[in-house]
Amino acid sequence: MRARLTSPQALEKLRAEIAGRRDPEKPVLSICAGTGCVAYGSLKLADAVREEVEKRGLGDKLEVRINGCHGFCERGPLVLCHPHGFFYQRVQPSDVGEILEQSILAGQPIERLQYVDPVTGARAVKQQDVGFYKHQMRVLLEYNGWIDPTSIEDYIAVGGYAALAKALSTMKPEEVLDAIYKSGLRGRGGGGFPAGVKWKECRNAPAPDGVRYIIANGDEGDPGAFMDRSLMEGNPHLVIEGMILGAYAIAHPGHPVGYIYVRNEYPLAVERLGLALEKARELGLLGEKILGTDFGFDIQINRGGGAFVCGESTALMASIEGFVGEPRAKHIHTVVQGLYNKPTNLNNVETWANVPLILTRGVDWFTSIGTGDVSKDPWGGSKGTKIFALVGKVNNTGLVEVPMGKTLREIIFDIGGGIRDGRQFKAVQTGGPSGGCLPASHLDMPVDFDRLTEAGSMMGSGGMIVMDDSTCMVDVARYFLHFLADESCGKCVTCREGLKHLCKIVDRICAGQGREGDLELLDEISLTVEKASLCALGQTAPNPLRSTMRYFRDEYVAHIRDHKCPAKVCKALITFGINDKCTGCMVCARNCPTGAITGERKKLHVIDQSKCIRCGVCQEVCKFDAVDVA
Amino acid sequence: MSEQHPFGAPVTFRIGGRPYEGTYGDSLLETLHRYGYEVPSLCHHEAVSAYGACRLCLVEVVDKRGRHKITTSCNFPVQAGIDVLLDTPDVVRHRRVVLELLLAMAPRSPELRALAAEHDVPGGRLEPDESAEDCILCGLCERVCREVVGANAIAMSARGTAKRMTTPYDAENPACIACGACVYVCPTRCIGLEEADGKRTILRWGRTLPLAVCQQTGRAFTPQFLLEHYAKKLGGLDEKVFRKAPPYR
Ligand SMILES: Cc1cc2nc3c(=O)[nH]c(=O)nc-3n(C[C@H](O)[C@H](O)[C@H](O)COP(=O)(O)O)c2cc1C
Ligand code: FES
Repeated sequence: MRARLTSPQALEKLRAEIAGRRDPEKPVLSICAGTGCVAYGSLKLADAVREEVEKRGLGDKLEVRINGCHGFCERGPLVLCHPHGFFYQRVQPSDVGEILEQSILAGQPIERLQYVDPVTGARAVKQQDVGFYKHQMRVLLEYNGWIDPTSIEDYIAVGGYAALAKALSTMKPEEVLDAIYKSGLRGRGGGGFPAGVKWKECRNAPAPDGVRYIIANGDEGDPGAFMDRSLMEGNPHLVIEGMILGAYAIAHPGHPVGYIYVRNEYPLAVERLGLALEKARELGLLGEKILGTDFGFDIQINRGGGAFVCGESTALMASIEGFVGEPRAKHIHTVVQGLYNKPTNLNNVETWANVPLILTRGVDWFTSIGTGDVSKDPWGGSKGTKIFALVGKVNNTGLVEVPMGKTLREIIFDIGGGIRDGRQFKAVQTGGPSGGCLPASHLDMPVDFDRLTEAGSMMGSGGMIVMDDSTCMVDVARYFLHFLADESCGKCVTCREGLKHLCKIVDRICAGQGREGDLELLDEISLTVEKASLCALGQTAPNPLRSTMRYFRDEYVAHIRDHKCPAKVCKALITFGINDKCTGCMVCARNCPTGAITGERKKLHVIDQSKCIRCGVCQEVCKFDAVDVA
Repeated sequence: MSEQHPFGAPVTFRIGGRPYEGTYGDSLLETLHRYGYEVPSLCHHEAVSAYGACRLCLVEVVDKRGRHKITTSCNFPVQAGIDVLLDTPDVVRHRRVVLELLLAMAPRSPELRALAAEHDVPGGRLEPDESAEDCILCGLCERVCREVVGANAIAMSARGTAKRMTTPYDAENPACIACGACVYVCPTRCIGLEEADGKRTILRWGRTLPLAVCQQTGRAFTPQFLLEHYAKKLGGLDEKVFRKAPPYR
């Protein structure tokens, strides 16, 4: 165990000492152990590397690092070879010997493992040559592919905790707060509320016993989202340093108390954060007298039960207190009366991660990135970068960090590599399950908080689901309405019952039983759900419905009036038929689960519509393109 | 942001433009009722904390900066400088939809049908709940049981559309003293209490307890268990309480 650092200067000394011990030319093999790559077998790969290194006695010739998510999950397992920066994808345990031999010892790239751009055919030698990375601006994720998240030394070596040392030695709490205020940093977890405004309100709220709670929201309940997870797993100290700075700015002198609320489904994040907290405590970066000053603060981890609604601020606080995760009205703000009725400042994990960067690189650096003008009003624009989980029907899925204001087209086509299987783009849903679906006419819209809201969607926490022309937008609305009805806490009538009836009506429409007047009824109910629900879950839940009704109204009309599903998705509205390309091979008949297909060998087959359950198996198994959907 | 008055400080605000005195932090709904304004509500009772579940008590609040918002009034704190507008077109429109949703939950409830008729709620547009038990999940019974009675016998289970008010494990709960407070506050009268053969049953919670008999009148008056519960809780009760109904003690 290391001795506690007793001054900001001692931290700088330690940093110099670490640098002195490290040879920048020494090869480092970085293996991505983020969620996607682990699914592709990167832990086995890591074992193979360790084994091979031992077998060849290369222990002191290179350093093997297991990192958090590198972002390009689509191509995992990913490996980076420093100092040359070779980027390898789809790496298997059988490749390890060659990598050690060629790339680590001989410093040569291995073509076979490189990424080849599917459009241009160009080979990518380094990460930056890959289209997916080239168009990004990786600031928060910069070190995810470099540091070992279990090593506080790795973090310190890349400048970690320098912002804290700077703040504690040269800045008053108010000055730190002022920097965040002027930076225009807005919350990355949902509403885009300016962090500086929130911090100020919390600092100014009366706290007779000095206790102010500082919380990081790592609930991340959006299906398919893993931005916060990747930060917590890949660079936990960045989040922790942000929180310590926040505690200093908001609650010093006083008694700041910290919590990180992490969903239970993220055991690795819990483990990594726990270890990071321990190491930070050992070094005197947490606890009493941080870096020898009179400022003290500590953080504990609270595991959530995995309910989407527990990401909502008041439900989250109820959950920490041990109550059912139900939101309450926020007419008295949580900055005044939050956790245990004390002033509480809750920010999203990614919001916290921005804080150290703003302090080390400066407010001007931060405001030079993004849209609008925040010099007079922190609501005046969207500054900095945003991480998105780009998923769905794009070629390159993964974790994407871009400056605010990048257009949807740049994100989906330049970074995402366009639509899969040569199909057409149809819509993109931003903002998680209660975000809106935007059509192709919005592709050139710059992505920032205010543009997305104007368009009937939202930034949310940064989910981005791309849909192609095989998607039925009524079905999409149906899917998200059901998700939200299930995940509603069920406390208030508008959200619980309103969503239930919206589901019933849309279910009916998808089942071919739409009626005249349904669209007006949907409009009416969804408006009340939006305006009269207790918390933001209900207030935003109609977004997928309202946005698809706004941009894809003709699809609703086709379902209701013509009983047709133009995308041929809604089962009740389609029929399968066999055309004369049929060779009578009998494969479809053998695979049909209900025995609906009849026909003799070498003769045209027919589908009995009364038996057909429209599962689509016949179409999938037919080799002759003989099954049509109408 | 709300100003930094201490809760309980006197403030002035407006209702429909007319100035009124109020107390910072008080329930706006209760204050409106006190001044004689009619605002419908189903999930609020002065004896318990505000919950904000039924969404009926909607009003439109104009803040000091002139911004309008629709909000429930039961859990909205009275504060300086606001103007509270009742029955604006938006309030009326949303309240109607809310009532329509409530009626679909409790289609047989006479209370709700009367309320719906009073507010011109269109009928037949929403599919009523088939298995409706007329419970609208207002949570009043649970708050009364926990906050006033202190028995904690019932709670909400599950979430979303599966949410239900029930006893733990849907079983008879020995914590229930069959006091009947929940039955009394239920706005749709869907809990039910029956007394027969010297026993009281709270129908919805499946709780049956024998009644103590008044020595004066020979009539059953309250569950014996309830008396014992309070005797234990309060560290003893006068013998008379066990033997006689309240008027004869
Ligand atoms: C239903 C619901 C779910 C939410 N889930 C999350 C979440 O998973 N993570 C998060 O950071 N914020 C979530 N939020 C937003 C939080 O309520 C809160 O606004 C946010 O954590 C504040 O931090 P920020 O200002 O830094 O964004 C959710 C909000 C709602 C209404
Ligand atoms: S009385 Fe206000 S929401 Fe029910």
